[in-house]
Amino acid sequence: MISYAECSARERLARVFDAGSFHEWLPPSARVSSPHLAVLGVPSAFDDGVAIGRAMLDGREVFVAAQEGEFMGGGVGEVHGAKLVGLLRRALRDRPTAVLLLAESGGVRLHEANAGLIAVSEVMRAVLDVRAAGTPVIVLIGGSNGCFGGMGIVARCADHVVMSDIGRLGMSGPEVIEASHGVEEFDSRDRALVWRTTGGKHRWLSGDCDALVEDDVAAFRAAAIDAMLMSRPVTVARLEAEHALLARRQALLDEPVADSDDAVTLWTRLGVTDADRVADADVDRVRALRPAASIEGVEG
Amino acid sequence: MNWKDLAVALFGTDHGLHGIAADGDFLHGTVVFDGRPLTVIGTTHHAPIGVRLALAQAHAVLETIRRHPGRPILLLIDTQGQQLRRRDELLGINRAMAHLGMTIDAARRGGHRVLGVVYDQALSGGFITSGLIADACDALPEAEIRVMRIPAMARVTKLPEVMLTELSKANPVFAPGVDNYVAMGGVRRLWRGDLAACLREALADAPTRDERARDGADRGGRRLAADVITRVLDAA
Repeated sequence: MISYAECSARERLARVFDAGSFHEWLPPSARVSSPHLAVLGVPSAFDDGVAIGRAMLDGREVFVAAQEGEFMGGGVGEVHGAKLVGLLRRALRDRPTAVLLLAESGGVRLHEANAGLIAVSEVMRAVLDVRAAGTPVIVLIGGSNGCFGGMGIVARCADHVVMSDIGRLGMSGPEVIEASHGVEEFDSRDRALVWRTTGGKHRWLSGDCDALVEDDVAAFRAAAIDAMLMSRPVTVARLEAEHALLARRQALLDEPVADSDDAVTLWTRLGVTDADRVADADVDRVRALRPAASIEGVEG
Repeated sequence: MNWKDLAVALFGTDHGLHGIAADGDFLHGTVVFDGRPLTVIGTTHHAPIGVRLALAQAHAVLETIRRHPGRPILLLIDTQGQQLRRRDELLGINRAMAHLGMTIDAARRGGHRVLGVVYDQALSGGFITSGLIADACDALPEAEIRVMRIPAMARVTKLPEVMLTELSKANPVFAPGVDNYVAMGGVRRLWRGDLAACLREALADAPTRDERARDGADRGGRRLAADVITRVLDAA
């Protein structure tokens, strides 16, 4: 078993896809890097923190991108974002079997904030274009930086989300929330609380990811193979079902239970049995606990 | 600009509050513009966009798609960004915001013209699933657009606040300001003078394809994005 979290972006590409099949576009040798970092005295990377290209997955051609969390937390800058947009537009033109985004990102790279913000919105539009064309977009989340900010939104624009239990998916990181509203709002050092709030188990139980896997590159590969033929076109009916689900879910916390953890309260009200034991349960066990209410109307 | 003043400037004083109602920070209604109905959806008071406000806006978009096929939608944008609360994270704020963005995108694809206008302030997460995913986003010249306040940015990037303040005066990629967003293609144009004429023009020529990277290159504010996209398309 090889930890997905501990792999670099390129190691993930090498191990999730068929051996030796990854062919990179704009590789580091092309030196397409950010022009905005030097002025800040910050080192740049020759791939701007994302590797893109084509690969084979179980014998089928797919287009792939992997964000490198070690470089600026996987933050999306002008070039990084444009590489993702280029990949997605190429998928729209060439129609591979699927597009797989190995996401690890804190969202917009603040060092080039405006360009990054616009770039993420371009990625969103491009993802939805590819999805509308019937090519599945699959997001894999299991890096130690999680998938946050604009990339957390992009993930939920995709057809399919695969997470490991140690993966995290959300909008604002715990440090940002703590800095804004204090440690009593969100104690970013309380690791159990952080994972209950945005971790893979919670996202699985609440239906925010479609597959929950172990922190193992082979498990991610298997889940990606399972997902790559599953196109889920965005229809108005699907959006209405999604809306109803999110509205129902939000109402579940209208009256929180005093002295009880919000996550446990939410899981219990969704119908999870033994919700207070989720934290200690292994992935197999948690996989069996997802209640029907978490995916009602939006499955398939 | 106050949203009510904007509404008067755009739609005149004939219709009371123009059919736009404020429910807390949420604005919603139908107005008649040039003799045709127009759905107005937005936020005010620099609202933080949490799950509840994202769903309220999404609901209004879905209702327009369902009941009024083809009716144009105007998004009035004034937000301080996403709601920074633990409970919103727990409830999947990123999913709710994606849902809002996807309803707007579905409206676009379904033949509704969707136009955003930043009339006061727009920040990061509150902007990305509204104006930035519309057919086009315009702004008033006095509006403010940015990702994060400089002190918070200094904390996160661990760069000196003085340095960031200095850089923000000149660097369009970094500095807050609507002019920079225009230069980068994120905002299509600024509304000056006769605002109703600006809206009329914006509805008439809103692009249906995403041309922002090209605009950013043409205007010199985002020199690399369009070129990188082309290089990826052409790579061997």
